[in-house]
Amino acid sequence: MSIYQHLPALQVVVPMLIAPLVVLMRGRGLAWAMATATSMMAFIIAVSLTNIVLETGAVSYAMGSWQAPYGIELRVTAFSALLLLIVTAASTITLLFGKQSIDSQLEEHRQPMFYAAWLLVLAGLVGIVVAGDAFNIFVFMEVSSLASYILIAAGPNRKAMPSVFKYLIMGTIGATFYLIGVGLIYMMTGTLNLADMEVRLQEVQDIKPIIVAAGFITVGLALKAAVFPLHVWLPNSYTYAPHMVTAFFAACATKVSLFVLLRFEFLVFHQNLVEHVGHFSTFLIPLAVIGILLASGVALFESHLKRLLAYSSIAQVGYILLGASMATASGLTAGIIHMFNHALAKGALFFAIACLATQVSSLRLENLGGVARKMPWTMAAFVIGGLSLVGIPGTAGFISKWLLISAVLEKGTLGIFLVVAVLVSSLMAAVYFWRIVEVAYFGDAPKQSAELHEAPKWMLLGTWFVALANIYYGLNPSLPLLLSNQAAASLLGQLP
Amino acid sequence: MVTLFAVFLLTLLVLTAIAVVQTKNLFVAVMLMGIFSLLMATVFFILDAADVALTEAAVGAGISTMLFLATLALTGEHEKPSKKGPWISGLVVAITSLILIDATFEQPYLGDPMAPVQQHVAPWYLEMTPELMDFPNVVTAVLASFRGYDTLGEVFVVLTACIGVLFILSAGPGAPNPKSPRIPTAPSVGLRHHLIPRVVGKLLIPFIVLFGLYVQFHGEYSPGGGFQAGAIIAAGMILYALLEGEKQALKVLPQSVLIGMVVGGAMLYGMVGVVGMLMGGNFLDYSVLSSNPVSGQQIGILIIEIGVGLAVCGALLAIFHAFAARRSVG
Repeated sequence: MSIYQHLPALQVVVPMLIAPLVVLMRGRGLAWAMATATSMMAFIIAVSLTNIVLETGAVSYAMGSWQAPYGIELRVTAFSALLLLIVTAASTITLLFGKQSIDSQLEEHRQPMFYAAWLLVLAGLVGIVVAGDAFNIFVFMEVSSLASYILIAAGPNRKAMPSVFKYLIMGTIGATFYLIGVGLIYMMTGTLNLADMEVRLQEVQDIKPIIVAAGFITVGLALKAAVFPLHVWLPNSYTYAPHMVTAFFAACATKVSLFVLLRFEFLVFHQNLVEHVGHFSTFLIPLAVIGILLASGVALFESHLKRLLAYSSIAQVGYILLGASMATASGLTAGIIHMFNHALAKGALFFAIACLATQVSSLRLENLGGVARKMPWTMAAFVIGGLSLVGIPGTAGFISKWLLISAVLEKGTLGIFLVVAVLVSSLMAAVYFWRIVEVAYFGDAPKQSAELHEAPKWMLLGTWFVALANIYYGLNPSLPLLLSNQAAASLLGQLP
Repeated sequence: MVTLFAVFLLTLLVLTAIAVVQTKNLFVAVMLMGIFSLLMATVFFILDAADVALTEAAVGAGISTMLFLATLALTGEHEKPSKKGPWISGLVVAITSLILIDATFEQPYLGDPMAPVQQHVAPWYLEMTPELMDFPNVVTAVLASFRGYDTLGEVFVVLTACIGVLFILSAGPGAPNPKSPRIPTAPSVGLRHHLIPRVVGKLLIPFIVLFGLYVQFHGEYSPGGGFQAGAIIAAGMILYALLEGEKQALKVLPQSVLIGMVVGGAMLYGMVGVVGMLMGGNFLDYSVLSSNPVSGQQIGILIIEIGVGLAVCGALLAIFHAFAARRSVG
């Protein structure tokens, strides 16, 4: 058996098995070096898996050589390949370029456990993405959530603890709801394999437990994905987490839950529950729109930079969901490609913030007057990220906004309202970015700002790498577009 | 008769749960939680889920109660009065329960042989386990081999939890000094001056550990396995720490050894999977470990159960010591 056939398993196993070793690493930077190398390896595996999927279609792997449904199946599709790229790239870039930021926020003796937890988050997230089994998804959800609580709790501010506790309670409720739903489906079908579930659900006569299961799974995953109004855990967690952790999570954590949600809704429920498509859309379109508008509105008045961007993240989850709730090929493509593009934009923004934080004492807006004159490179990257988030042509964000608007317009009168909502929220995004840009470029410097310097070169390099990726994928979106198209087609595969 | 007993137990379970929510004294709440777990273990046993019952009794009623008490020793036992009324949360809980109850009206009857659960994969497991593994406990076969990847994930959940507790407790004003992490700040002598608990307790420890080892190595034939064994042995060691004091217990099994156990146990499990891969099978395929697939399965399951036992035992003890080593703040 060649190593290529083992890639789906290695994708998870490599970061997972190296994590315990990282705990034992003592000595300067050793834990960091090992975690970074592992994350890079995971990225390389993700790239080769993507190539394989694009060449030969979905890949399946039988754990322990037990065929599904008796054993656990791993399944890599175009959709999972896209998510794998996002997760592993986000982890690798933040680790590789973020060492100085992490060093400045965390004592040396606590770092080995921190990096071990980082690899466990990575293993958990990719584990969810490649899983083809409903219970297996739960197991890796537990690994990734527990480990992400650790990473957020590493934040230097004392308020990190209460916010992570809130996240822990919410996250546990979300996971429990998901498990209850899976339990109900298991009760009615006797299987845990997703593909098998899809087939066996068609024979189920008593449909009520399945409807309840659909409700529990949707709510549980929506909680994990911070869908409005279940987003309350997100702003504080993102604000008080170490900067690099925020950059990592903002790029991928909620998207993995959305990925599971979409798989359940479209592959498991849609064909088996009458009118499910209709219910899904009528339920989620209002939530998505209110979420987009309200979160953008809060961001308008927020003055802490990280919390402002956290609210913007909640609005972006709304965009992804709005696209998906169209339940059309174009809508799903728009939603899925926005997962990729938002990861790029938010990655650049939070990276730039981490650069800022190496120099300024507080990330509140009133403290950032004239900072762009001292740190021109950092702020320029920040502006590119901002432009991409607003959706200016030439950046990655434009592609998803464009696709989203054309998808929404297919819906007739309702579509026009939705377009207005999207445009209004884009304007709001432009306004809250302008507030930051205005202060940073034209504001008066606070008194003791003389000693401000440009951020460390290595971190700046990482920021610019992500910022330029925004432009590259804005001009040449063929790869994410190809994957999103295939993902949307496979999700809608059996729908009329 | 069994039905009547089950109804009685479930009623007690609900009453205990309400009492846990109602009480303002955290010490009382912890004790009630222990009772809740014990009742739950009995319910599992009535449902013929002996493996789960054993786990619930060892972890739920035993170790978690200990950990809660260790936390209370740091925080005090009185709940902070909450400003918000319980109405919204009560409403959400009520609606959720009603929906769940509604769903149960269309569920198959308990033990119905025609239920989907009894028709699909379960018969295959029952039929194939004696043939493929040559031992009677199907639960162990499913847990350790057919769905061994999930169990590997659960071992990593335990590892993550252990890392999390140690990481979080290593910060803040109450953190043990990183330069001399082994010496607890409070002089702890345990119950050394109390003769009766000491004599009786010490008599018990070897039997607890022996029973743990039995559960560990007999998991293929009777209920049990690594998870339960790890918890039971950890309970024995915690009893030792209570009797002889923290310092003495850490001398026997220092924190570094415990972390080594967690890491080693998780790695042992994972490496069995990797070796399977190197020997030409898929990840976690034990059949290739020996020329005879059946004995290959048995070897694989034996090793991974040892890994699970080591990881669970080490993690529980490390967490316990981490709490005990922390100074009470305020």
